[in-house]
Amino acid sequence: MLRLELTDISKQYPAVKANDRVSLRVEPGQIHAVLGENGAGKSTLMKIIYGATRPDEGQIRWDGQAVEIRNPQEARALGIAMVFQHFSLFDTLTAAENVWLGLDRSWSLADVTRRITEVAHEYGLDVDPLRPVHTLSVGERQRVEIVRALLTKPRLLILDEPTSVLTPQAVQALFVTLRKLAAEGCSILYISHKLDEIRALCHRCTVMRGGRVTGEVDPRGLGNADLSRLMIGAEPPQLEHRQATPGDAVLAVRGLTLARTGAFGADLADIAFEVRRGEILGIAGVSGNGQQELMAALSGEDERAPPEAIRLFGQPIGHHSPRRRRAQGLHFVPEERLGRGAVPSLSLAQNTLLTRTEAVGRSGWIRVGQAVALAQRLIERYNVKAAGPHAPARSLSGGNLQKFIVGREIDAGPRLLVVSQPTWGVDVGAAAQIRGALIALRDAGCAVLVVSEDLDELFEVSDRLVVIARGRVSPSVPAPQATREQVGRWMSGLWHDDAAASGEAAHAAA
Amino acid sequence: MLRLEARPAPSRAASLLSPLLALAVTVVIGIALFALLGKDPARGLAMFFVEPFRGAYAVSELFVKATPLMLIGLGLAVCYRANVWNIGAEGQFLLGAIAATWVALQATPGTGHWIVVPILLAGIAGGMAWAAIVAFLRDRANASEILVSLMLVYVSVQLLNWLVYGAWKDPEGYNFPQTITFLEPTRIPRLFAGLRLNIGLPIALLAVGAFWLYLFRAFGGFRMQVGGLAAAAARYAGFSSRRALWTALLISGGMSGLAGALEVAGPVGQLTPYVPAGYGFAAIIVAFVGRLHPVGILFSSLLMSLFYLGGEYAQSRLGLPKSITGVFQGVLLFCLLASDTLIHYRVRWQPAHPQHAAAGKDA
Repeated sequence: MLRLELTDISKQYPAVKANDRVSLRVEPGQIHAVLGENGAGKSTLMKIIYGATRPDEGQIRWDGQAVEIRNPQEARALGIAMVFQHFSLFDTLTAAENVWLGLDRSWSLADVTRRITEVAHEYGLDVDPLRPVHTLSVGERQRVEIVRALLTKPRLLILDEPTSVLTPQAVQALFVTLRKLAAEGCSILYISHKLDEIRALCHRCTVMRGGRVTGEVDPRGLGNADLSRLMIGAEPPQLEHRQATPGDAVLAVRGLTLARTGAFGADLADIAFEVRRGEILGIAGVSGNGQQELMAALSGEDERAPPEAIRLFGQPIGHHSPRRRRAQGLHFVPEERLGRGAVPSLSLAQNTLLTRTEAVGRSGWIRVGQAVALAQRLIERYNVKAAGPHAPARSLSGGNLQKFIVGREIDAGPRLLVVSQPTWGVDVGAAAQIRGALIALRDAGCAVLVVSEDLDELFEVSDRLVVIARGRVSPSVPAPQATREQVGRWMSGLWHDDAAASGEAAHAAA
Repeated sequence: MLRLEARPAPSRAASLLSPLLALAVTVVIGIALFALLGKDPARGLAMFFVEPFRGAYAVSELFVKATPLMLIGLGLAVCYRANVWNIGAEGQFLLGAIAATWVALQATPGTGHWIVVPILLAGIAGGMAWAAIVAFLRDRANASEILVSLMLVYVSVQLLNWLVYGAWKDPEGYNFPQTITFLEPTRIPRLFAGLRLNIGLPIALLAVGAFWLYLFRAFGGFRMQVGGLAAAAARYAGFSSRRALWTALLISGGMSGLAGALEVAGPVGQLTPYVPAGYGFAAIIVAFVGRLHPVGILFSSLLMSLFYLGGEYAQSRLGLPKSITGVFQGVLLFCLLASDTLIHYRVRWQPAHPQHAAAGKDA
């Protein structure tokens, strides 16, 4: 008998049909992947299973019985547990207190603490129930969420993009736990867009595209290209990566130490690295380790850095405003597209004026025609799907807006381009295009700095890699010589042993 | 049942129709109000929508009242677009009037008409100075500009009273708390003989054009609005939020002060405790009914002026309390906010959901 069976589930939102006659069959003890790009309808489907949203049409069967899941409480009563991509833990409480809050009131805190230790031991999940959550790393917080789900003895566990915040080592540990759970008969729904992980872990895979199911396969016998074809309807785009020929240093960061501004940020401690002409330097790291703070200091949004700590072509710029840095050739693409990289309600033409001032005359008047022409040029050259230069920024999909913003900064002819999460939430086609544009920019002699949580992406585009962990930056390693294991270890802050043996480290420290 | 459904994108048509719908609902409520008060609704409405257009004098009065509303409303629109919540335009208006009065009191019967220019400039400076206090406290002490600007209104009223009951009291004024009637050379030039309409109106109309250019064609205006729309985007672009705060408050303070100078040296002709007539607060409604757009403000200031005059006619000819003006203004703003819902939502008639009904029976 099937544990969960969805038949012809449809869900219509005002502008989009999120699910169109979707069917899904999960057996007991099966690890079942749901694969699809952003916007394929995975999240809506999970919300329907978890009772957070109701389908317009279709039927749900649980252990062969037709059921109606009206809210998450009913889902939990059936034995469905979910670990969300964004955690819901209180920072100031301990792990045990957080778990206790989400449980039945019949348990005492002491019981819960004991059960956490037992479950954690049983599944190889290293969790200290007495530590406050704000002292935990992102991986540890995820383990708390998983333990919380396991304490309810679920019969179906849903995990939404669980590895996006984990180091490669932590991913392996998670897989061991999930396999053990499945062996005990718990079904697992594993939402992801990472092909390698799905092939390594899952027994079945349902592929979604544009709200529909495009295939149900056994991923273990397939290659990445086959899965990718189902997911995006085309071969995965191949990127041609030629050897870089780096020149002189463009950006030199040395002794950059900055206290955090908020309660939950990261302090930057004695950061040093440099980016040279004609190379791409990648910064890897688990989110929340100081990436945002470093980006703000480099872009000029945070002007507190000591002037000499950041040098552009030898000139100290630590205290310069973003506009002044742009005038000196430093352009920046932030990770938030709407609200930071672009003003949602303003048109694309108006949004060019955020960083491009060619259309502003000497007397301060805007030459509207010129701004419109620039937006039109960016739309054509970077293949942006938009209604036109007068379309408001928020009417574009994430990938198209990202192409527009990246295009706007590349088109300015930067001498140093700093890009944060260049392809975050962007579909595969647009991601390939953006990565190609970055490499073309490098080949034209620009220095490029890319910060990303996606290791595959960094290995694909970077010439050298550094790792940021707990506000510190590791020595650099040439990308072709770096291994995922090494970079993964460094992401936990453990680079001193490796670095001591490396000549490259001596170079970076000098 | 009726259901509100989010629109995929804000409706442009609804955004233009919303003020008209609000006006229509206000008129309907007005009819009900007149009927309840035992007055003929047709005659009541005529006071508001026919009488103010009858004859040159009435039309002149319509523009006399619309001028300060237009000037102040334009300045406030800049503030609100920059996300700076100045609600103390009344105080800035009053300081403009006080500063202009000081210049006017320096005149002698032999002074030339040129003194009107320093009077207006003094008004602008007075309003700016009062608004600068708000900007300074916000900038340095992070004090809420909403509270500070509002509180400064009450301070300015005390300042006015102190002056007209004290140093500036007309020695031959039978101890009334007011200054002397300003001398002829200081009076704002009128446009037509016998009508109170003065050069304030062309100044306000020019300001409409200037503000349109500033908001939609000047890079400075663009930078300021980005700060109001998305603070993180302004930081990313490198547009200074402090500069936006100061610019917005100085512009709106200056406009309010200019309106104060035109008022005190124009229709009123002396400084009295009755100068603060509530234009500064009414202009907040003017700015929003006009969609924070200069051309919209041109029309909404005329509409608001209509309400003022209609209230006066209703008082003198129908014996209704003058506070009916305030009731109409409030109802209009309330209706506008309500109709604005239709910009982002559409109303759908939907029969009760069959699934819900079934679920109800189970439970």
